[in-house]
Amino acid sequence: MAGRPLALWPGARLTGPLHGTAREEAARTGGRGGRGGNVVEGRRVLVTGIAGELAGMVARALEERDDVLEIVGIDVREPQHDLRRTEFVRADLRNPLVARVLEAAAIDTVLHLSTTSAPREAGGRSSMKERNVIGAMQLAAACQKAPALRRFVLKSTTAVYGSDHTDPALFREEATPRTPPRGGFGKDATEIEGYVRALGRRRDDVDVTILRFANFVGPRVDSAFHSLFSLPVLPTVAGFDPRLQFCHEDDAVAVLRQVALGDHPGIVNVAGDGVLYLSQCVRLAGRVAAPVPWPFVSGLARLVRQAGRADVSLDQLRVLQFGRVVDTGRLGEELGFTPRYSTRAAFEDFVHRRRLQGVIDRGEVVRWEREVYDFLQRKGQERFLDARRAHREDVR
Amino acid sequence: MTEAAHGDARVYSIAEERAARRARERAGGPADDTRPRCGAMTAAGRPCRNYAVAGGRCRVHADRRTPARGQPPRRPAGLAGATPRSVSPAAERAVTGVGAGVGAGDETGASDGGDAQAGGAAEAADLAGGRAGSGGGAAHGSFAWAAQELERRGLGAAVDGLELLRDAADDRFLDALRGLIAFLRRRVTGDYEIDHFGFDEDLTTHVLMPLLRPLHRHYWRVTSHGIEHVPATGGGLLVANHAGTLPVDALITRLDIFDQTGRHARELGADLVFRTPFVGELARKTGATLASGDDADRLLADGELVAVWPEGYKGLGKRWADRYKLQRFGRGGFVATALRAQVPIVPTAIVGSEEIYPLLFDLRIVARLLGLPYFPVVAQMLAVPVLGPFALLPLPSRWIIEYGEEIDTAELGPEVAEDPMALFDLTDHVRERIQGMLQRNLMGRRSVFL
Repeated sequence: MAGRPLALWPGARLTGPLHGTAREEAARTGGRGGRGGNVVEGRRVLVTGIAGELAGMVARALEERDDVLEIVGIDVREPQHDLRRTEFVRADLRNPLVARVLEAAAIDTVLHLSTTSAPREAGGRSSMKERNVIGAMQLAAACQKAPALRRFVLKSTTAVYGSDHTDPALFREEATPRTPPRGGFGKDATEIEGYVRALGRRRDDVDVTILRFANFVGPRVDSAFHSLFSLPVLPTVAGFDPRLQFCHEDDAVAVLRQVALGDHPGIVNVAGDGVLYLSQCVRLAGRVAAPVPWPFVSGLARLVRQAGRADVSLDQLRVLQFGRVVDTGRLGEELGFTPRYSTRAAFEDFVHRRRLQGVIDRGEVVRWEREVYDFLQRKGQERFLDARRAHREDVR
Repeated sequence: MTEAAHGDARVYSIAEERAARRARERAGGPADDTRPRCGAMTAAGRPCRNYAVAGGRCRVHADRRTPARGQPPRRPAGLAGATPRSVSPAAERAVTGVGAGVGAGDETGASDGGDAQAGGAAEAADLAGGRAGSGGGAAHGSFAWAAQELERRGLGAAVDGLELLRDAADDRFLDALRGLIAFLRRRVTGDYEIDHFGFDEDLTTHVLMPLLRPLHRHYWRVTSHGIEHVPATGGGLLVANHAGTLPVDALITRLDIFDQTGRHARELGADLVFRTPFVGELARKTGATLASGDDADRLLADGELVAVWPEGYKGLGKRWADRYKLQRFGRGGFVATALRAQVPIVPTAIVGSEEIYPLLFDLRIVARLLGLPYFPVVAQMLAVPVLGPFALLPLPSRWIIEYGEEIDTAELGPEVAEDPMALFDLTDHVRERIQGMLQRNLMGRRSVFL
């Protein structure tokens, strides 16, 4: 960043100097971010939704790389992370400023991480949809006009596969959903993917990568499952036990970093190995489940949401009925990425680091088992009886 | 956890000391720690590993009348060496499962020892000290804490009673009990694995199969032939006839294969199954999955044995008059699946399942209103006014299951899967084979129920 007068961090706004220098430079180097004659390959990355936890972690991971020359973050809120050289632009994605930033900073890689699944945080469902879908549409339009752009990475979700009883056991990337999500987050994500794929079709020189992440769990990133597991009793759908998959936030950051800096166009599912039943999650977290018949589930969810206990959109409830599991073969084969956390390890880490341990203490159960086991093991050994008799005599 | 050592006021961590000592011992060298150890035997019958404080004993054992090192603990002589008695595999799993909790247990034991000593409860100190001492990687501690608790609450008599019961019990029963508590622990803490399809082998093998076994052996008295045709390893597609109003034949066939080969046949079920509360959940947990090409291909590619009932509802919901007449075999998708995966097809005939619920009428209008494929009126319903709900039990027919000679798909080659005519031919061939086996077994049986 030497010689760049642009010190936008923290909380600074886009200012003049960015324009001249970067644009000239982009023109000189063909947008590949070389610096003044030296052939230094480097990336100029734009991260949307920088105030989000995940985006913050990705930005921090990118800051450590020397081949990332510049990181620009966009969000409407000011990020609270400890970022060192990321520049911040306070703007909504629907703002034309985005196109100017893309051009001025000669961005060659866009990480679109601002899709949100929490309606309350976004100021209501309609506002959430506006930001998610229209924001992505505007961003894609701006990207189409950005000459230096070479890569576009979209953080999407496995919610695009929907959730239904006729689903295959594992969704491949090319599978079409049996029942496309009809509303909420899943539908937003489907539409966003549509815009991003259109961008890839129109700009042959832009590699588009769509990462479909399973539910995030981890110590920092908030997800629907965090609010679910922070309830005192865990409501489940009576008679249904969904299969779930989780993606640890550390793995998500690692794969986003790899994809941002690498060259992997296409759609890839990202989730930890293995599958957990919701009932198994409940037990691993030492919680108690309260099965609710399906007709009452949405009413209960509304109550919970109004009480402010969980920020869940109603479309996510269907997952509690049928679950959703994706095939992560392509992640290993094409990206060569092996998640560090399996689904179960990710969930256990989540429970442990968030201190979600509920009413049933695992250690206590194991201890009781040992006691009974030892008791049975001592068949015919009268030592214990003797010891207790001796104790009684002592007391007398 | 820290504890003041003897004499000097050095504070050290028990856990660190222990780890360091183990590392030294593992390195092969003699323990360079030459501080004298306590000479007493613990309640668990091992030498106490605490450091000696005074009189060759540790603080825990200092004023106790515990046996000295080398002497057997108070125990009848004949049983001295008999500690590890016949331990079932389940029990062994229990021990290894417990291993994770040992560290925590040791520390609790040690702190218990401290508390008890302060309170002057020498008995507790003896027992707890034994637990603290037995911590050197041993997989089981001692039955002390729970007994102490019970004693404290005046339930000592209950412990005595339990001990008497235990000593009177059969070893096999105790093994089963050990298996049971290990199973309960796994279920309560969520410590079990499921596969991608949701197959919960732990639950299936330990709960559902044992529940079905009496039905298989004593109620329907299943005899089966030709189990050698079911592939012992690798993929295979079992194709069978479907009958009996409720899909009980699938469960019984599955158990029959499991008991003879130890393999879990993975059923392919209709989507209605997975939509139905409780039924769908149970189906997934027993390893069934949706009857779709995707899932079947994946199972076969994983080398699983897949079982399919291609007649579907047409077979289950056919009337009594049509018994043992095979219905249309779906659209032959199962044959294409087997061809793609190049696995053998095992035609299977099940005789007896037709008679469990003789279906007199199918109330189509009711079925359509309820969204069901058929609405059966079975013979037993006529007896409900007399016998009450017991009338609805299935009839105890005698079953015969025959596994026919496998049809090798490898010699046809995977390209046949793209040839619809060849697929229809092969489907018909499988169907005729099963129909032939059904006829033969029907002729061979003496009576429906005997």
